Amino acid sequence: MKNVIANILFIVLFIILVIAIFEMPTSPSTNAPAYNDVVDYYVEEGADETNASNLIAGILADYRGFDTLGENIVLFTSVVAVGSVLRSTKYDKEVKDNE
Amino acid sequence: MNDIIIKNITRIIIPFAQMYGIFIILNGHISPGGGFAGGAIIGTTLILYTLVFGREKGKKKFSHKMSEISESGGIMLFVIIGMIGMITAGAFLSNLSGGFPQGQLGEILSGGFIPILMIGIGIKVTSTMISLFNLLIDEEKL
Repeated sequence: MKNVIANILFIVLFIILVIAIFEMPTSPSTNAPAYNDVVDYYVEEGADETNASNLIAGILADYRGFDTLGENIVLFTSVVAVGSVLRSTKYDKEVKDNE
Repeated sequence: MNDIIIKNITRIIIPFAQMYGIFIILNGHISPGGGFAGGAIIGTTLILYTLVFGREKGKKKFSHKMSEISESGGIMLFVIIGMIGMITAGAFLSNLSGGFPQGQLGEILSGGFIPILMIGIGIKVTSTMISLFNLLIDEEKL
């Protein structure tokens, strides 16, 4: 019973996602939702406000600096997670060998 | 790996590849690249060294202690720079309004704290790649 409900839910979600793909803009146009005032602002004022000639670095490190900090924390968390899983087993084995 | 050709080629390649990675990190704010790309290159050279010369020699170049320090040091550098902006301008990570030197557009010393943040990200990505590799290879040995 659980499997049937899960499968139906999966199929419904899949159909919704496929419909969403067909609703996306196919060719680049100025009416796309992602193209708004922010793009013009970055292109016009970015070099003056950040003084970095690579505009992408200016956006990544200055305008979206908090976002980049989050990316760093994701990397840190991945290392901590892998280390907590793998190093603890190694420590347990060493303790077992010494006993 | 006990092959004289691979060992010699690796010895020749690694300094150039690491120099290129440092170049990409330091030029992150004036040309394409940045901390993530340059850090990945330096981390790959360290992985290559560990693969060719073995874990024992690789441990001397980048130990667990070193990875602990650089792993948290990258984030701490980032947060401290943000805190300086918080004190001087009242907002976290405020760049030129926070009093960081502006410099000449297009020069290596420009863009306020962006080069410093790129160095922090580069250290972080390098140590993440090599730490994950070391953790996995250590597990395999047991």
